[in-house]
Amino acid sequence: MNHPAVELCNLSHLYPDGTVALRDISFTVSQGESVAIIGANGAGKSTLLLHLNGVLATTGGEVRINGVQLAKGTLPYVRRSVGMVFQEPDDQLFMPTVHDDVAFGPLNLGLTGRELERRVQESLHRVGIAHLRGKAPYNLSGGEKKRAAIATVLAMAPEILVMDEPTSGLDPHARRQLVGLLREFPHTRIFTSHDLDMVLELCPRTIVLHEGVVAADGPTEGIFRDDDLLARCRLEKPFSMQGCPVCGKINQRQGDMDQI
Amino acid sequence: MKIASIHGALLDFRRMELLAGGGTALHRLDPRAKLLVTLFFIGTVVSYGKYAVTGMIPLVIFPVVMASLGELPPGYIARKIALLSPFALVVGLFNPLFDRTVLIHLGPLGISGGWISFSSILIRSILTVGAATILVALTGFPAICRALEQLGTPRLLTVQLSFLHRYLFVLIEEGGRLSRGRELRAFGNRGLGIGSFAPLIGNLLLRTWGRAERIHAAMLARGFTGEFHLRRESRFGGRELLFTVGWSIAFVALRFWNLPQLLGRVVTGITS
Amino acid sequence: MHMADALLSPVVGGTIWAVSAGSIAYCSKKVHRELDDRKIPLMGVLAAFLFAAQTINFTIPGTGSSGHLGGGLLLTLLLGPHAAFLAIASVLVVQALFFADGGVLALGCNIFNMGFIPAFIVYPFIYRNLRGKKLNQGRLTTAIILSALVGLQLGSLGVVLETWFSGISALPFATFLLLMQPIHLAIGAVEGIVTVAVVGFVYQARPEILRIATEDLEPGRYPLRGIVVTFFVAALLVGGGLSLFASRNPDGLEWAIARVAGSSELKAPGGGIHGFLAALQGRTAVMPDYSFRRPAGLTAAGLKPGGDRKKEEVERLGTAAAGLAGTLLTLALVFGSGLILKRRYQPAELSS
Repeated sequence: MNHPAVELCNLSHLYPDGTVALRDISFTVSQGESVAIIGANGAGKSTLLLHLNGVLATTGGEVRINGVQLAKGTLPYVRRSVGMVFQEPDDQLFMPTVHDDVAFGPLNLGLTGRELERRVQESLHRVGIAHLRGKAPYNLSGGEKKRAAIATVLAMAPEILVMDEPTSGLDPHARRQLVGLLREFPHTRIFTSHDLDMVLELCPRTIVLHEGVVAADGPTEGIFRDDDLLARCRLEKPFSMQGCPVCGKINQRQGDMDQI
Repeated sequence: MKIASIHGALLDFRRMELLAGGGTALHRLDPRAKLLVTLFFIGTVVSYGKYAVTGMIPLVIFPVVMASLGELPPGYIARKIALLSPFALVVGLFNPLFDRTVLIHLGPLGISGGWISFSSILIRSILTVGAATILVALTGFPAICRALEQLGTPRLLTVQLSFLHRYLFVLIEEGGRLSRGRELRAFGNRGLGIGSFAPLIGNLLLRTWGRAERIHAAMLARGFTGEFHLRRESRFGGRELLFTVGWSIAFVALRFWNLPQLLGRVVTGITS
Repeated sequence: MHMADALLSPVVGGTIWAVSAGSIAYCSKKVHRELDDRKIPLMGVLAAFLFAAQTINFTIPGTGSSGHLGGGLLLTLLLGPHAAFLAIASVLVVQALFFADGGVLALGCNIFNMGFIPAFIVYPFIYRNLRGKKLNQGRLTTAIILSALVGLQLGSLGVVLETWFSGISALPFATFLLLMQPIHLAIGAVEGIVTVAVVGFVYQARPEILRIATEDLEPGRYPLRGIVVTFFVAALLVGGGLSLFASRNPDGLEWAIARVAGSSELKAPGGGIHGFLAALQGRTAVMPDYSFRRPAGLTAAGLKPGGDRKKEEVERLGTAAAGLAGTLLTLALVFGSGLILKRRYQPAELSS
């Protein structure tokens, strides 16, 4: 019996000042799936992500990771299984060098010596920044920082990758490279993003959050063609699905899909 | 605090880090050796008496040799030293005022104790500031933290130092952006008073707090449980020992024998 | 105001370093035991905030001059005394190393003046007593402003005392005190007002941040009086012991060196800290065989029959010239060797 990778049952979150951030959120993500969570600013995306590895405690409902219910006793297991990459790499890279930063997680897992070095090297290679290992984080470019932040998480050998706005703040080239990298990961992946073109490219399934509740959950392309839904949730179609601003034509791929 | 301009401080800081990334034998030396020798050097400098001037001069050998072997740009180090401690200099300038007893006669010129002790303060400043600057430029801040910890500083403090070093300029830039927003909308000194300062600093504080919370979340997400594990290799070997003992002997020797005085006597003995 | 290496004697610098280092060790243990691991990144990032805040100026009304936040008190209100002390200490370490503010020996003094005093003297004795048990806007304001005033007065007094006991500066104690204290009264008042304003802003936006500053503290959670008393006793013992040693043998180190060097020139000290310092310089420090004695009558140790005067003047000239020539020569040698080392090593590095 294979448990789903992530299972949320009626998850709710109330902030201390009484604002409701999340209300009755339920969905499951199966092993190996790649899912996007989208929504306007303040829809509750980041709050939702912080529940997936127990940084925020639920005020109602349940979170299960690989069938294990999130609780104080299971926190170490959950945090080892769910690797979380935050939006701002500066907040994630807090050690003096890239190497130390990547080693931080494995050291907390109790790895030492050869095994530790192997983990660090593998993670750096995986994201293609092995040559930056001795560098200080503030000497890296935006794209390099993002890769380093992903390496710090890969070094924990998680089964599930959760990323908050992976492409924000990157130039087009760095964004393109990062999307290529993310596509190759074998992990179960959950992204939040405003970059809907990336979502279209990486995630067959999309969950739309609106004011703390799930407004839609289904195949990405179907959701992006639902103009009413997008307007209601203050979202816009990805650029690749919008008409060309000069000639009004819709690009080839989209044209094909419309004929289906 | 004398960060004249934020931008300047930023450049200066980067420059120091860049220098610390050099590849000379001195750069490769274990940071503990450099730290210990620098501390011993500063101890030696301050151990001289109030009126010591000539006796301290030979100690210049330490910063000069370190800067040359470490291939540090002399102009840059000189400029750092020229900043000195304004407080020490201002206080030192009172010495000639209060201590007017003539101690040395150079022909018709009488030099008072105050001027001698002021010169002494000046030389002390140059030597101590120079040694500290060279230490940082040859070692780099993270390595100094490592050395401090290996020499017994509580880990909590060295971890604080790492965080401070890591976020120092992230926050200075953030503060600079807020501050620029205020200046652009202020006219002359209007609008730059405490009325706009407090919300600005308050905002910066709130953002900082939020950042610390996010960092903490990132630490938790990677298995942090309150204990900071660090990997520390030690390489205090023969070269380090030689370096430390060698300089220490040199300092003690220079402290005992007034080299310029001996040299001077030889020179004047020959000419007269 | 940062104390500087150049004004410190090893006895004073060392004693205060001992107190500061002891406090660092104690606070590290204490904060570690509190087990609030949120504080670990918070302290460091707030220390960086303090730096950033100090680069932003405000104009002081009515004067046209500008000032910036010191922030030691603000940090203590936010983090509590132990964590704040460590954060302030780390700020001062960076200032000493990167910005040449103070220096490595003076760091001990600076940590004491700007960290120990606000965290372990002002906070428990002034702030907490004035603020009272229940939160009240007026009392909180009064407590913060008075804490800032007292903190800066004590800090500046610390600088004066450290300088005076070191004896490198010739400024008379009273003069120095009169120079320093009024300036710091003004600085303290501004610091207090700004701190109140910032605390007010933060309280409006996120009151939970000021938990430590505003919460009713359970008595006995911060046994601060104990620490303060312990450290003062330690300081008195260390400092007292050292200065006793120093007054008997003018300067401990000088005396030890004279013993080792076999110098027989040890003289009776002239009395008083400055007296002995003045009396001892000539022996080892400046010019070995020549003592910088005050003219006859000023110090008892300097009295000599008038007949020797003339001869002494000639000798004086001779030694002074020798000193000057020797100094120039030494400098030339040192910088010359520096240049040679640089030239010789550069090609070697390139070829390797």
